[in-house]
Amino acid sequence: MRNRQATNLLFELSQLGRRAARYPACDVPARSLAEMLPTELLAEQSPDLPELTEPDVIRHFTNLSTLNMSVDTHFYPLGSCTMKYNPKRHERLASLPGLIDLHPYQDEASQQGMLAILFELQEMLGEIAGLPAVSLQPAAGAHGEMTALLTAAAYFQDRGEQRTKVLFPQSAHGTNPASAAIAGFECVQLKGRADGFVDLDELRDNLDDKTAVFMITNPNTLGLFERDIAKIAHLLHDVGGLVYIDGANMNAILGITRPGDFGGDMMHYNVHKTFTGPHGSGGPGAGPIAVRDFLANYLPGPIVSRTQSGGADRFQLTTPPKSIGRVRSQFGNVGILLRGYLYLRTLGADGLKAVSEQAVLNANYLRAKLADVLPVPHGERCMHEFVASAEKSKSERGITALDIAKRLLDFGYYAPTVYFPQIVQEALMIEPTETESQQTLDAFADTIRTILNESSEFLHNAPHDTPISRPDEVKAGRQLVLRWKR
Amino acid sequence: MLKTVGVKSVDELFDQIPRELRLDRPLHLPPPLSEIELEAHLRDLASQNVGASGRVSFLGGGIYDHFVPAAVDAIAGRSEFYTAYTPYQAEASQGSLQAFFEYQTLICELTGMDVSNASLYEGASAMVEAVLMAMRVTQRRGKVVVLGSVHPEYRDTLTTYVRHLGCEIIVVPTPHGTADPSDVARQIDDRTAAVIVQHPNFFGCLESPREIFTVAKQRGALSISVFDPISLGVLRRPAEDGADIAVAEGQSLGIPLQYGGPYLGILACRQEFVRQMPGRLVGETVDRHGKRCFVLTLGTREQHIRRERATSNVCTNQGLLALRATVYLSLLGPRGLHEVAELSCQKSHYAAEQLAEVSGLELAFGGPFFKEFVVRSRGNAAEVARRARTAGFDIGPALNRFPALAVEFGSSANEWLLVAVTESRTKNQIDNLANALRK
Repeated sequence: MRNRQATNLLFELSQLGRRAARYPACDVPARSLAEMLPTELLAEQSPDLPELTEPDVIRHFTNLSTLNMSVDTHFYPLGSCTMKYNPKRHERLASLPGLIDLHPYQDEASQQGMLAILFELQEMLGEIAGLPAVSLQPAAGAHGEMTALLTAAAYFQDRGEQRTKVLFPQSAHGTNPASAAIAGFECVQLKGRADGFVDLDELRDNLDDKTAVFMITNPNTLGLFERDIAKIAHLLHDVGGLVYIDGANMNAILGITRPGDFGGDMMHYNVHKTFTGPHGSGGPGAGPIAVRDFLANYLPGPIVSRTQSGGADRFQLTTPPKSIGRVRSQFGNVGILLRGYLYLRTLGADGLKAVSEQAVLNANYLRAKLADVLPVPHGERCMHEFVASAEKSKSERGITALDIAKRLLDFGYYAPTVYFPQIVQEALMIEPTETESQQTLDAFADTIRTILNESSEFLHNAPHDTPISRPDEVKAGRQLVLRWKR
Repeated sequence: MLKTVGVKSVDELFDQIPRELRLDRPLHLPPPLSEIELEAHLRDLASQNVGASGRVSFLGGGIYDHFVPAAVDAIAGRSEFYTAYTPYQAEASQGSLQAFFEYQTLICELTGMDVSNASLYEGASAMVEAVLMAMRVTQRRGKVVVLGSVHPEYRDTLTTYVRHLGCEIIVVPTPHGTADPSDVARQIDDRTAAVIVQHPNFFGCLESPREIFTVAKQRGALSISVFDPISLGVLRRPAEDGADIAVAEGQSLGIPLQYGGPYLGILACRQEFVRQMPGRLVGETVDRHGKRCFVLTLGTREQHIRRERATSNVCTNQGLLALRATVYLSLLGPRGLHEVAELSCQKSHYAAEQLAEVSGLELAFGGPFFKEFVVRSRGNAAEVARRARTAGFDIGPALNRFPALAVEFGSSANEWLLVAVTESRTKNQIDNLANALRK
């Protein structure tokens, strides 16, 4: 049933003289280009783009789309990414005229409805975090991390403190150290305890008056709540440092506990994970940050503020007095922020708490269903995700985490995150999310059992039923072909 | 399910969170809304805004009301694209991977550069990533030379990112709308990591990139071109101007205005710098059966492997927007792109002529421009914009909106207003705008 012709590259499909988009004739008195533009700046010819009709283009991309797995078509238990269902109402409403067609530089009076939404979103995100000051500007989680670290740096500098170090556990997302490096900090990685939690003694030994920030994901990347988080925060605060919460795993704790209440001073959200901005094949995301009051003056602008005049609310864009400056142009990834707003308005407080309860129940259920074949080395129960190990199946049958991941694709399941975090051998990080049914989880668990009974040789060559078989990644890296050429 | 887990209640699952850290009250959030109520609420809020469908837009400043063909929305609305994530499992993600490979190719064709990454957040951060890249390539961190005609928000973003590096940012003044290449040349020395030229620049004017980039090359600095993708339907490509890295805001390529984002950061460069590039790259390879396929490649540059030594902290990028740009450019082809560029150029020149005839208005700068220009109002530019709005037109932004320009140009920034004209505008609309301002 696959249309292989239509999925040739655009450039191979191109036929001289074809075109899709047509534009009206010029209705102003036309001049020659040379009259308007200096000839030495003109192109000799238009770029060599493919020439296609609209049906060519639509058939090409529609067929390409069918080569993807996605949340709308498949269970997508990609750990740490919170691949939950994205309600269709968000797509319709975020595209309303008056929202989708607003220019970032139009006058404030004509964008009051938009500013009201963004203001309310700031308030809601502050409340969920327990950290009152919010910047919606960062475009993704990593961008939020960097923004918060620059905010902290400005705060310390303002206080005349020379703090140069950012600490994080070994199990941290790679973005944590990368963001710290961009923000100009020295990175200190902590080994942690064998059970995956922070080693308080090790932490204490690494803290001093040069410590700026400890970055921690909580629940951590093993899907476990860091029980000592309050003690950790005390240790940091005792030396004058700050605690950053990587909010990638917020889906576990919405309305149950708040980063600000367990000692965090700053955090980012991943609106595309927790609050259903669709993941878009790798973005766009939105990574708003929430911080404590005393950091508010350093946040990037613009922030939406509210004043009341004559009983009516007026909203303005303002820049905090000691702002670090912008981290991007314009306001932020508003299209994704809007979807987050719609999600929160749909759920309310009880609904949001129910999300985390169901997410944690689903994860624990799947964990229990798989415990005998894919044991979880850490913890008795998990939060919203768990990291199982295929070490047993590897040593007994030669079946690796990668084999399982690849074979799952044949059965119509996207693969879990594999080989992360590295503190678990043959790691499979599984996050079912709250939007999957018990029937889906049962079928997935049955499939894992089926796979583990297959021959390892057969599995090493999996997947067998996908549009392509395992790609040669070494060749891709050695003989770089990053564009099509004639 | 609880029985399988071995707990009596869902609450028990949260036992690992110490009691004293638990929230003992409901979150203070507005009450939940059904879909019908939510839609009514949003329609009410949206009706308090006036967008490009409510007023005729002549707004510019890097974000433009170019026409978005329906086919772009149709493809970007395929949920197999928009509900998938980063294509780490290539076997189940060939759709996105091939689209990104095509995107990279289209950006290379557009710019003349050798390689493009698979997207960054938006224009300003893409420009900063280019600067950080130039610092790694040149091993120089002392100085960056940037023209005063580069988008003020991009310059602000650059300052935010590199302040702590002790890097000197030299802003070359552009009092007449463009920089004098010899003024730029004087600033480029052996400490300079990069020279940044936006062309067409923030004021719409055309710079002399080739002359500036030639000097940069002689002195070992990298040349960063900030371009307008649409302009490349008529203007020479950044590679031919001598750019080492070309970056852009890709919003014009089929992406709606949506109040500031999500947009598309474009970054392309010369082949020799590929290992210093930020962001994801898609490469071609073969599968076990020798069939052509596409994978994410050179991951060893990236944060998930290289951590603090990564070329960038970027993880999630702007995949869906890169897809939109890919579809847009496929629909236009070479002739479509040329027509959009030429129509925008013709209409903006007509508009400039009409507005210059309005008493009290004049063109701020005399030099050539592409699709956008600055008008000067003797008096207050904000008042001119207000009068336009009353008549149903949006023009701007007023340049005093940008703190950097208010500092650099002093009170004259209060008199200046950008006007952008795309292929979507008609002669009638332009005439009506001019008439409205005559009154």
